[in-house]
Amino acid sequence: MRVPFAAAVGLFFTATYFLMAIFAPLIAPYGMAEVVGDVWEPSKIEIMLGLAPPGVTESNYWLGTDNIGRDLLSRMIYGGRTTIWIATAATVISFVTGSVLGFLAAVLGGWADQALSRFVDLIMSIPSLIFALVVLSVMPVTVPVLIVVMGLLDATRVYRLARAVAVDVNVMDYVEAAKLRGEGRGWIIFREILPNALSPLIAEMGLRFIFMVLFVSTLSFLGLGVQPPAADWGGIVKENKEGIVYGIPAALLPAFAIATLAISVNLVADWVLNRTTSLKGGRG
Amino acid sequence: MHPILKLVAQRFALGILLLFAASILIFAGTMILPGDVAQSILGQSATPENLANLRQELGLNDPPVERYFSWLFNALQGDLGTALTNGRDIAESLGQRLSNTLFLAFWAALISVPLAIFLGLLAVRYKDRWPDKLISAVTLASISIPEFLLGYILMFIVAVKLQWFPSVAMVNDSMTVFEKLQAIALPVLVLTLVVLAHMMRMTRAAILNVMQSAYIETAELKGLNSFQVIRRHAFPNAIAPIVNVVMLNLAYLVVGVVVVEVVFVYPGMGQYLVDHVSKRDVPVVQACGLIFAAVYIGLNMIADIVSILANPRLRHPK
Repeated sequence: MRVPFAAAVGLFFTATYFLMAIFAPLIAPYGMAEVVGDVWEPSKIEIMLGLAPPGVTESNYWLGTDNIGRDLLSRMIYGGRTTIWIATAATVISFVTGSVLGFLAAVLGGWADQALSRFVDLIMSIPSLIFALVVLSVMPVTVPVLIVVMGLLDATRVYRLARAVAVDVNVMDYVEAAKLRGEGRGWIIFREILPNALSPLIAEMGLRFIFMVLFVSTLSFLGLGVQPPAADWGGIVKENKEGIVYGIPAALLPAFAIATLAISVNLVADWVLNRTTSLKGGRG
Repeated sequence: MHPILKLVAQRFALGILLLFAASILIFAGTMILPGDVAQSILGQSATPENLANLRQELGLNDPPVERYFSWLFNALQGDLGTALTNGRDIAESLGQRLSNTLFLAFWAALISVPLAIFLGLLAVRYKDRWPDKLISAVTLASISIPEFLLGYILMFIVAVKLQWFPSVAMVNDSMTVFEKLQAIALPVLVLTLVVLAHMMRMTRAAILNVMQSAYIETAELKGLNSFQVIRRHAFPNAIAPIVNVVMLNLAYLVVGVVVVEVVFVYPGMGQYLVDHVSKRDVPVVQACGLIFAAVYIGLNMIADIVSILANPRLRHPK
């Protein structure tokens, strides 16, 4: 199997981010909440590029320190761990709920399909950020609550895709044959429809994952996501935003991390999608 | 009745129904927690008396259905209740903020819509050449960064390093329109960038779809130059999808406003909503949620109605 250059780059960076998330305590030079220096000390990189304030010639920190003197590189690594873990868990919830309900709606048809689809239309008629804010205004803001709220809100999009794909597959001859053989609904869904609907769903999974990363970062930035002292990329922006006015770029670091993660996952998803559409030989 | 009128009327009725159902959902969304609203507002350390008082004040002792209808009827008459945190009338505080938010969204739309359509056309004209590739690369980058970070990046470069514009967007009534415009320049720029990328991509896709039709090939074969082909043949057919794209993005803009207002400390609805979510001020959150949902559903409805009206097959039924 030949992997195109763009996809290989995407795979490499995606894998790097996930490995960093898994091995965070081994890689991070300092502890997550450990105060190691002064407020907003300049970084090694700034000194190398000549961007540091005059007079500063050395630094112990690759990315400098944050608003209360914690090492930013360690915060970013642990933050990436939290962000990626929440986004992954929410993606899994949204895929399991969305695709199971979508397949069920396609196989059952009739009023069950109507009821589910109209309910999903209704949820999608309210912007998900607004709906999440409404729910989080009364729920305790903890990581499990965040994961479930984000996962269920996003399941609507997966539901639509899964249902659309499954409706197409459900009228294929081999599904008809399985039904005539007397296979049950479980078999039809998991042995006939799922394998044939998997490739568009996997490509979509990449996009949903990115959306989750953006979503949880936005919520944390608004103060309604991951709560301090735990670190996550949106929270790092919130903590360091006051520095922007004084020309301290600490709050912009997560932008770099989120953008590179998003672009690399996008490249991988594009490749999966292209590969599967050409394999399908024109079948919509 | 003309079939097109019937379709439009149906879509309109559906919009109203959807809004009604959305209001139920917003109301129910604040009820699904394990304890009750009073408990979560006051926290674990609340005394039973405080709890009982707050329940009484919020009307939590009435059945939910009754509470929902009294909330809905009051909201329809413009009475959104009072905020728990400061006891002020919500409708009064919202009025000024809503108009601030619309002011911001209006300017962002005014700049981004023509620009997106122009750049979308440009990308189609130079498809697969460097202008198209450049435009795609920039859009991919800008949709991979969340709005709030885009805001801070611009604030850092334009307001702090170059000092062209103020870094916070404070506006008040005593400012002239010109002063206000200067204050909101940066938030408008961020919102423009955010929707521009989506709108351009969708415009490009819509026009490319039309460009693959047989009549476009005919126009090319009879020797029209490519701008003529786009202007005379492709564009009229692409109007409906483009209007759809614009409306969907305006709806998206309304949500993007929430985050951008927080970044630039702009006194609009979004900031008001976020402030009161963290204070657990449920009546304010419900009111703001309802207004945002209404704008969103309304714009989506207009998008559908315009595409019904712009479809010649529906206008001249057989």
